[in-house]
Amino acid sequence: MAWVDLDLDACLCFSPGWLVLTNVRLLASTPDGDDWQAWSLSPELSLRQHDHAGVGALELFGANERLAVWRYTLSRNVSALRLVDLFATCRDRGELHSAATDNVCPDCKAPLEADAEECPYCSRELQTPPSTWTLLRLWRFAHPYRLQLLAGFVLTLLSMAATLVPPYLTMPLMDNILIPFQNGKPIDVSLATRYLSGLLGAAVVAWGLGWAKTYILALVSERIGADLRTTTYEHLLKLSLEYFGGKRTGDLMARIGSESDRICVFLSLHLLDFATDVLMICMTSAILFSINPWLALVTLLPLPFIAWMIHIVRDRLRTGFEKIDRVWSEVTNVLADTIPGIRVVKAFAQERREAERFREANRHNLAVNDRLNKTWSLFSPTVSLLTETGLLVVWAFGIWLVSRSEITVGVLTAFLAYIGRFYTRLDSMSRIVSVTQKAAAGAKRIFDILDHVSSVPEVAHPVRLNDVRGGIELREVGFRYGNRAVARGVNLAIRPGEMVGLVGHSGSGKSTLVNLICRFYDVSEGAILLDGVDIRQLAIADFRRNIGLVLQEPFLFFGTVADNIAYGKPGASREEIVAAARAAHAHEFILRLPQGYDSLVGERGQGLSGGERQRISIARALLIDPKILILDEATSSVDTETEKEIQKALDNLVRGRTTIAIAHRLSTLRQADRLVVLDRGQVVEVGPHDELMALQGAYYRLYQAQLRHQDVLADEGEAS
Amino acid sequence: MNRATPPEYTLRRTAFGALELDLEGQVTVGVVAVRAFPIAAPDQAISLVGPEGNELLWIDRLEEQPEANRRLIEEALSSREFMPEIRRLIGVSSFATPCTWHVETDRGECDFILRGEEGIRRLPHGMLLITDSHGIAFLVRDPAALDRHSRRLLDRFL
Ligand SMILES: Nc1ncnc2c1ncn2[C@@H]1O[C@H](COP(=O)(O)OP(=O)(O)OP(=O)(O)O)[C@@H](O)[C@H]1O
Ligand SMILES: [Mg+2]
Repeated sequence: MAWVDLDLDACLCFSPGWLVLTNVRLLASTPDGDDWQAWSLSPELSLRQHDHAGVGALELFGANERLAVWRYTLSRNVSALRLVDLFATCRDRGELHSAATDNVCPDCKAPLEADAEECPYCSRELQTPPSTWTLLRLWRFAHPYRLQLLAGFVLTLLSMAATLVPPYLTMPLMDNILIPFQNGKPIDVSLATRYLSGLLGAAVVAWGLGWAKTYILALVSERIGADLRTTTYEHLLKLSLEYFGGKRTGDLMARIGSESDRICVFLSLHLLDFATDVLMICMTSAILFSINPWLALVTLLPLPFIAWMIHIVRDRLRTGFEKIDRVWSEVTNVLADTIPGIRVVKAFAQERREAERFREANRHNLAVNDRLNKTWSLFSPTVSLLTETGLLVVWAFGIWLVSRSEITVGVLTAFLAYIGRFYTRLDSMSRIVSVTQKAAAGAKRIFDILDHVSSVPEVAHPVRLNDVRGGIELREVGFRYGNRAVARGVNLAIRPGEMVGLVGHSGSGKSTLVNLICRFYDVSEGAILLDGVDIRQLAIADFRRNIGLVLQEPFLFFGTVADNIAYGKPGASREEIVAAARAAHAHEFILRLPQGYDSLVGERGQGLSGGERQRISIARALLIDPKILILDEATSSVDTETEKEIQKALDNLVRGRTTIAIAHRLSTLRQADRLVVLDRGQVVEVGPHDELMALQGAYYRLYQAQLRHQDVLADEGEAS
Repeated sequence: MNRATPPEYTLRRTAFGALELDLEGQVTVGVVAVRAFPIAAPDQAISLVGPEGNELLWIDRLEEQPEANRRLIEEALSSREFMPEIRRLIGVSSFATPCTWHVETDRGECDFILRGEEGIRRLPHGMLLITDSHGIAFLVRDPAALDRHSRRLLDRFL
């Protein structure tokens, strides 16, 4: 039995339903109730699936009419496709078993281990949200520096203790020296000197300790920040192209740049400050209580109020800061969008509009900031007000106590001196609310990156391929970008050393197949095998080392020409680089550059023409001497003359390598052993040129169309 | 395709459920109606596209079409277009993505998974388009018109 639990009804409203296949019937629950509709399987029935914009449809056809249609969202697609397969086998053979002989996953058709029951690719779910205790998770980055942090903490404690000495000394200074003097006794000079030198000593010690503490913590802070940034960046580089496709450059840059910085400052400075603040307050209160419990109690009066306020504003601050981070990313996004596209901006004279876009982003930024500042600016003054009132109460209560001779004037002065410190601590503690929330917001966004599991994950125990022969097999490959199906049921076996040309209209899915073979994306259905091993079983770097890829849009990094050619093999010798450049017909134009191979190129390859860039990227692919060579429109922007030359060079090079070449100019592919014609994500014809021409099918039409426009094409070639 | 005076055409639904277009004698089966601007101008700019993806007929305004044709086109559009409009947010599993949203839409209640913040797209006039992990787009036509609870939840993601 097979079934689909439908989640939409005929008019595309969410409602549950069932479609069940047994070995003799197809049953569907009716939308309104518990009744079932049934169709007996008979040869003239057929079931077809198609989907668009996230909605799939299953249509049941009889001999001369459509019998029914069911709809579902794509989350049910896997089981729907399976049902369609089983329906066909069931109808033709009368039994409910998959026709496949190998052990393949019934859902996605990936080959499985002989005895495996569960498909590792289907059961892979990426949807677990990160925990909210993000700040605690930062400990991972602080851990290596725990000793320094501990030292910093101890130093902070000591320097804090040193600052607590002076107020304590004010007490005997008052009671034993000043007040007796007022009452007519002479000043005891030696005692006064002792107290004063105590004060001086405490100040000096506090200074020394403070210096050591600040220095150590600053060092640690920078290191934690650097670690955080590099770890995040390393992780980011491992993520799949899908991830980068969905993210904006400016946003990622903001996260890795400024937000990591804020977090490390928080970790090493504010967090410790907070800890010492808490200790300080505890110690001060202990001292206060030991001097006079009643007065101490009054002093602590504002504390509960402040705690309550912190509780109230905390949530609002955090969401506010998250928002500010997001808006800030928006501002960087505008920059990251416009600066690379500056030529287009200028060409269409849209500077003013881009400036307006930037201004708009900034305005948004201001608005969000203003809203938060309203809360925030009220917070600090309120804390100050509370503490000032506290001070007032202490004065009043203290004077009353002194008048009743319960305490001396010295005790009151000491109290007031302590309270000054105590309340400033409270104030700075309340400030930590804001930095904590800022850091928490930043941490969340950094962990968003760190927690993201690549959608082309590394296997835990990769298969090692020692001797790659280069046979590639695509088995029932299906792929979709989001909800757009761009490849479906592609079957193709490429022998080691064979050259295959991919042809088809623009948008037919040629580059997509290349992306899949390179494993920039993982297939949604089916599997791709290299020498009989699923490429998902191989370590990604190991696998890609065997592939030389020339992309449709060549990209050069900032650096010398030689560096760019040697990008895939940083240790390459000069001879190797020159040989590769010669093979790609890049050598001569490189020699014409002012500094030859040492000329600087990059930042989107400025300074080189499109064809020159292409040739450098061909050289780059050739240098690594790959088993598999993939040329996606590798020669589309060079003139026909140069193309012929590169072709000649490539002809030698493709020998012994599996080559997949994509070209719109079909003449480029005359060396290919076989041509694969793609149309809307499906393979429509496969075979050598002559055979396909004799077939008079899709390839024939493509070829004829080009012959007719050859003159035009030649002209275009000249022009580029 | 003459945009000034629309050509004569008739539409019909075949027994196989496909749409059949008869355009000045030329009959095409399996025609699909496509909105060119499904969000900006849903009732204007509709194209009838053949099974090969080639445009057969451009319709500037739906309401100017003959009654029978209009009904068929609307039917074809409604069976193809799926963009539930969120009326109310009932709950979200977490404020960190990926998270599951439980929402009430004009097409009933449902759950969906939001992969990342970039799944929420701002459109002109304050509209929001939220794309779930399966590529289904949910529309929030006017975020300010949602109830307080929904607005509070939504605000955490914007
Ligand atoms: N990142 C993407 N997200 C969504 N759709 C995509 C993406 N990349 C490509 N597509 C779509 O997939 C289809 C196939 O694209 P692909 O790049 O494979 O075409 P192609 O055959 O290489 O075309 P060309 O000859 O113009 O290079 C196209 O319809 C394209 O719009
Ligand atoms: Mg392409």
